[in-house]
Amino acid sequence: MTEVVLERLVLVSPYIGQAKWASAALKEQIGLGLSAPGRAISNRRARVIWAGQRSWLVAAEVKLEGLAAVTDQSDAWASLRIEGAGVEDVLARLVPIDLRASTFKGGHTARTMLAHMNVAITRVGAQAFEVMAMRSMAGTLVHDLQAAAAQVTARG
Amino acid sequence: MRLQEPEDTVSFTFDGQSIRGVPGEPVAAALMAAGVKLVARSFKYHRPRGIMSAGSEEQNALVTVGRGAQAEPNVRATVLEVSAGLEVFSQNAWPSLKYDVMAVNDLMAPFLGAGFYYKTFMWPKAFWEKLYEPIIRRAAGLGGLSGQPNADRYEKAFAFCDVLIIGGGPAGLMAALTAGRAGADIILADEDTAMGGRLLREVEDIDGQPAADWVEEALVELRALPNVRLMTRTTVTGAYDQGTYGALERIAGPRHIDKPLECFWRVVAKRAILSAGALERPIAFPDNDRPGVMMASAVRSYVNRWGVAPGKTVAVFGNNDDAHRTAHDLAAAGITVAALIDSRPDIQAEGDFEVLSNATVTATKGRHALEGITVTQDGEAREIPVDCLAISGGWNPTVHLTCHMNGRPTWREDIASFVPTPDSIPGMVTAGACNGAFTTAACLKEGAEAAADVARGLGLKPKVTVPAADERAYKIAPLWAMPGKGRKWIDFQNDVHVKDINLAAQENFRSVEHMKRYTTQGMAPDQGKSSNVVALAVLADATGRGIPETGTTTFRPPFVPVSIAAMGAGSQGKGFAPERLTTSHHASVARGAPMIEAGLWYRPSYFPQQGETYWRQSCDREVGYVRNAVGVCDVSTLGKIDIQGPDAAALLDFVYVNMFSTLKQGRVRYGLMLREDGHVMDDGTTARLGPEHFVMTTTTAAAGQVMRHLEFALQVLRPDLDARIASVTEQWAQFAVAGPRSRALLNAVLDARLTDADWPFMACGDVAVAGVAGRLFRISFSGEHAYELAVPARYGASLFRLLTAQAETLGGGAYGMEALNVLRIEKGFITHAEIHGRVTAFDIGMDRMISRKKDCIGQTAAARSGLMSEEREQLVGLKPVGAVKQLTAGAYLFEPGAAAERINSQGYTTSEAYSPTLKTGLALGFLKRGRARHGEVIRMVDHLREIEAKVEVCDPVFFDPDGGRARG
Amino acid sequence: MRITCPNCGERDRREFYYQGDAVALARPASDAGPQAWDDYLHNRENPAGDTQDLWFHEAGCGAWIVVSRNTVTHAIDSTTLAATVKR
Ligand SMILES: [Zn+2]
Repeated sequence: MTEVVLERLVLVSPYIGQAKWASAALKEQIGLGLSAPGRAISNRRARVIWAGQRSWLVAAEVKLEGLAAVTDQSDAWASLRIEGAGVEDVLARLVPIDLRASTFKGGHTARTMLAHMNVAITRVGAQAFEVMAMRSMAGTLVHDLQAAAAQVTARG
Repeated sequence: MRLQEPEDTVSFTFDGQSIRGVPGEPVAAALMAAGVKLVARSFKYHRPRGIMSAGSEEQNALVTVGRGAQAEPNVRATVLEVSAGLEVFSQNAWPSLKYDVMAVNDLMAPFLGAGFYYKTFMWPKAFWEKLYEPIIRRAAGLGGLSGQPNADRYEKAFAFCDVLIIGGGPAGLMAALTAGRAGADIILADEDTAMGGRLLREVEDIDGQPAADWVEEALVELRALPNVRLMTRTTVTGAYDQGTYGALERIAGPRHIDKPLECFWRVVAKRAILSAGALERPIAFPDNDRPGVMMASAVRSYVNRWGVAPGKTVAVFGNNDDAHRTAHDLAAAGITVAALIDSRPDIQAEGDFEVLSNATVTATKGRHALEGITVTQDGEAREIPVDCLAISGGWNPTVHLTCHMNGRPTWREDIASFVPTPDSIPGMVTAGACNGAFTTAACLKEGAEAAADVARGLGLKPKVTVPAADERAYKIAPLWAMPGKGRKWIDFQNDVHVKDINLAAQENFRSVEHMKRYTTQGMAPDQGKSSNVVALAVLADATGRGIPETGTTTFRPPFVPVSIAAMGAGSQGKGFAPERLTTSHHASVARGAPMIEAGLWYRPSYFPQQGETYWRQSCDREVGYVRNAVGVCDVSTLGKIDIQGPDAAALLDFVYVNMFSTLKQGRVRYGLMLREDGHVMDDGTTARLGPEHFVMTTTTAAAGQVMRHLEFALQVLRPDLDARIASVTEQWAQFAVAGPRSRALLNAVLDARLTDADWPFMACGDVAVAGVAGRLFRISFSGEHAYELAVPARYGASLFRLLTAQAETLGGGAYGMEALNVLRIEKGFITHAEIHGRVTAFDIGMDRMISRKKDCIGQTAAARSGLMSEEREQLVGLKPVGAVKQLTAGAYLFEPGAAAERINSQGYTTSEAYSPTLKTGLALGFLKRGRARHGEVIRMVDHLREIEAKVEVCDPVFFDPDGGRARG
Repeated sequence: MRITCPNCGERDRREFYYQGDAVALARPASDAGPQAWDDYLHNRENPAGDTQDLWFHEAGCGAWIVVSRNTVTHAIDSTTLAATVKR
C-alpha cells in the first residue's frame, strides 16, 4: 500500500453541449481528451479519470473557460495504490462491485463504496488498484484496507 | 464404536468429558464413537435427545461451543468439526444433561400442549411481564449468550460469477464440470466440508469406479480450471432480487487472532443452478425421539463415510427402497441388523437379516438411550431389543431457495413430495434430488443438462457427456403417522407432535400458516427442514384435505441460521463508521480537547487549560475570547459547494428563498433553503466569487443532503439550467477568526492589510497567507466582528497553529463547539436543533425573506395557510425568572396554571446555554403565538430530568440586538 | 436488489438513495393551484405492479435515475438518467 501524490487535481464538468469542445481543448492542452464513462486514461504529463455524472478528475493544469466548470480538488482526495497477489480478495471484502480482471480491466475506473466510504477505484495493473477517498477519511481508508488484508492473510 | 481405528486423533471436551476425535470429522461422529448417546434436552419438554442426522438439518444435537464472550450457542454437532482443544457444551439442561430439573415439564406435558402459552398466561395481565415471561424465557431458551462483546473476527465479502451452483452432490458436480469445461465463470458452493453430497456416503459405482473415486477425479479436474471456484463449508442461505444470493462460509483450520470464524458472502450470479439435494424425513410413531433413533441415510453416513457404528444392534424402519440400503450397508460393515421393517405389503429385499413387510414400529423404550422397539405386523406386536433404529419416511427435495421470492412448490404424488415450481427465482434452474430426481444417474443427467442450458444462454458451447451410474428406481408408499397412544414427534426441535397438530386443526387453526404459529412447528432454527411435509400430511389428514390443497408454509431466508456477527462483519469498532478528521484534529487532541462527533466529523468540545476542572470553566473562558478579544475555531466541517456556470445565479435563486442573482461579486449573503413541502431544509451563506462563480456553505449536518438536493434541482427539476456543482468541503480548511481583535490578528498573518473600505461586513475575496492563496469571508456566527479564512487543506494544520498562536498574543485563543454554541444562542442564530424538519420560514420569523419575484423550491407550499398560521409555534428566547435557573433543551412549555400534560403543551425548548456574557441561562424554543408573547412568564417542564423553571418569553436575539458589533 | 445505473452499470442497492415516485419530474407551476400541488407533493398511488421512481446514485456517479420496476415481481424494466428524460 503506497500513497499516490496528486500534486494538481481538478474536477472538470462541461457545460451543456460543451463536452465535445472541452474534450478537444483538453486534448490540445494535455494530450488527452475526456475519457468514456468508467474509464481512466493517462500519458506522461497528465491523467483523466471519469469521476461521475458529467464530471472528470484531471491531474494537470487546465484552462477551459466557458466550456466547463473547473474546480480545484488538489487537496480534496487521498489516494492509495494497493497491489499484490491478494489485492482482489482484499477489495472483495470492502467493495460491492465486480472487480474481477475479466470484467474490470486495466484502465477501468468506478465510483463506488469501500466499506462505508464513497471512493473512486481504478485498476492500474494486473494486481494493482488505485483507491481515492475523501481526504478527511484517509485514516479510515488505511484502517479498513489493513483490517481486510490482515484477515485475508490469516485465512491462508 | 469405530469400525476402523483412525490414524491420528485429537482430544476435545463435551461437558468437560475428554473425547477423542479425528480432526475434521463432525463432533457428532466422535461422540457416537465414544458411545455418547444423550447429547441434548429438547426445547419445551426437556426430553432426552440424541443425534438424528448427519447434516445441517439436525434438530436435536444443538450445542454451545467455547465459553464466555466467545461462546456460540445452537451449533449443530453434526456440522461442527472436531479440532484439538475444542470445548463443547450441551445446552437447555440444568444442572446437567442427565439430571435436568426442567425435565419435569415432560411430566406436565398434558398441560403444555400447543397454544399453551396463549391460553394459560393470559391473566392477570400484570403478571405477564413480571412473572410469566421471565420464567418462560428461562425455561424455554435454546442456548444463551454471554452479553459480552464478541472478540472473534467475522468477515463479509462480495463475489461475482456467471453461474452459482448450489450444492456439490452428483448434480452439482456434473453441472460444474459441464459449465466449467465450457468456460463459464463458476462458483460451486456446498455446505459440507467436502464436495460430493450423497456420493460420500453411498456404496455405488459411477463409470465403473466407486462413487467416491469419481468425485475425487471430478474435483481434480475442477480445481485445475481457473474459471471455477470451489467453496466448501459454504451454505447458500437465501435467494434475493436480481441474481443476488447470500452464503455463509465457515472457515476451517486452526484459530488465529486475525482469522475470521465465518464469512457472509453476497454472491451476484448471472444464473444459478440449485442442486441442493434432498432431506430425509422422519415417520411419526410413539416415542420416536429417543436417543438412538436416527435417520436411515445418516446411519449410512456415519458407517460409510466416518467409519463409526451408531449402535451394536440396529433395526431399520422405512416406507421406501432407500431404507433398504441402510440395512445392507450395516450388514456389510459387520453390524448386526435386527430387522428391516417396511410398511409396504410386498417388497423385494434379501439380506443377512430378517425382513418384515407390512410392518411398523409402534413403540420404543429406554430412558436416556434406546433399548428396544415394538414392531406390529398383521396386528401382532413383538419387542425387538436394539440400541439404534434407522428410520426413513422418504425424501423431501430441498426446495427452500426456490421459495424465497414468493414461489410455492408443486406436489408430486409419485414421490409423495413437493418439488420446485419452475421459474420461481429469475435466472435459477433446479437439478437433481432437489428437483425430485432421486437416482444417481438422473442427478448426473439433470446436472449436465441444466448446466448446458445455462452455458448456452451465456453464449458458450457446452458438451454434454454423462457417466453411467446407479438407476435403481425410488419406490415409496406414503407413511406419515402411526395410530396408537403416546407422543409421535414431528418437529423435534420445537417439540411438536401429532396431537398438537390435530389440536390446532380442531381449534380451527386449519390454515397451514396458522397451524405453524399455533404449534411452533417448523419455526426457529429448523425452519421446517425435516418436519415440514410430515406436519402438512398430518394437518391434511386432520382437516380432510389433500396435501397439495393444504400447501406449505412460507420458506424464508436464511436457509441456515446466520449470526448477526457475520452479517454485520467489519462494522464494529472503528469499522462502524468512517472518521472524518479536520486538518486541526491532531493539534486539538494535543491540546487536550475532548472530541465530539458531528455526523462523521470529530470536533473539539473545548480546549481545557491548567486549573480548569469543569467544562463550563473552559467554555466560559473561550466565549470571553470572542466577546472581548479574538477566538479561532475550525469550521472546515461546514459543507462547501462550488457553483459555476452561466445559470449559477439562476440555480441559487431556485434553491434559496431569497435572491442571489442580485448579489454583487465580492459579497456574501445569508440564504434559507426550503424543502418542496415548504419546511426549512438548511441555511448558510453563499459568496459570489465571480460573475458565474459562487461558493455555498451548508451546515455540517446537512452537507450531504444539500448536495443531493442541488443535484436533484439540476438533474430532475431544471435540467435546462446550465450550472455545475462540486463539493469543495475537503479542498478547503476554513477557520473562523472572531472577536473585536480579529482584524488585528488577520493583519498579522495576511500578506496584505485589510481596510474598512475594502472589507465591510459580508465582503469576500482572495487573500494570501505567507504566499499561499486563500479566501476570506467577513461573516459572523458569533455576532462579533469576524472572518472566515480558507486555505487549501494541505496548509490547514499550519494555519491553525499560526492563528491560535497569534490569537494568544492578543488575549484570545482557540474555541470549541461548546463556546460556538453559546455564542450563537446569545445571538439567537439557529442550527438544526431549531430547523429540525418540522419548522417553516414563518416559524423562525423569516417568511418575509421569501422573494415573490421568482419561483423557488418550497415557495408555493410554504404559502399554505396552515404553514403561516399565527397559532403555530414560533421561535422565541427564554430566560429563567424563578428560583430554578437551570434550563434544558427538549423541555415542554406550559401556561403557569396548566397541568404539565401533553394536551396543554404550548411549545418546547430546542437549545440551552449558560451565557457568561449575560450571566444567565438562556434557551431557544418554539411557543404558540410566541412572537406576540414577549414578556409573558410561563413554565418550562422537563419531565425526563425532572426540572421545572419559570421562564420569561423574549426575543431570540439576547445579545446586541441591533447587530452593531458584527458590522462595526 | 440491483439497479442498473446508465453510467455505471449494474450496482448493489446500497449505493443508491431512494427518493420516491417519479411524479417529481413534473413539477407544477407555482400558480397551478392547491390540487396540483397536493398531488405533486403528497398524493401517491401504491401500485401492485409497475411503478416509476427516482433513485440517486449517491455512492456512485451522482446521477439521478428514473427506475421503472414492478413491485410484485421486483423486476426492473428500465433505468434512465433523469437529466435526459423528455418532459
Ligand atoms: Zn452511477
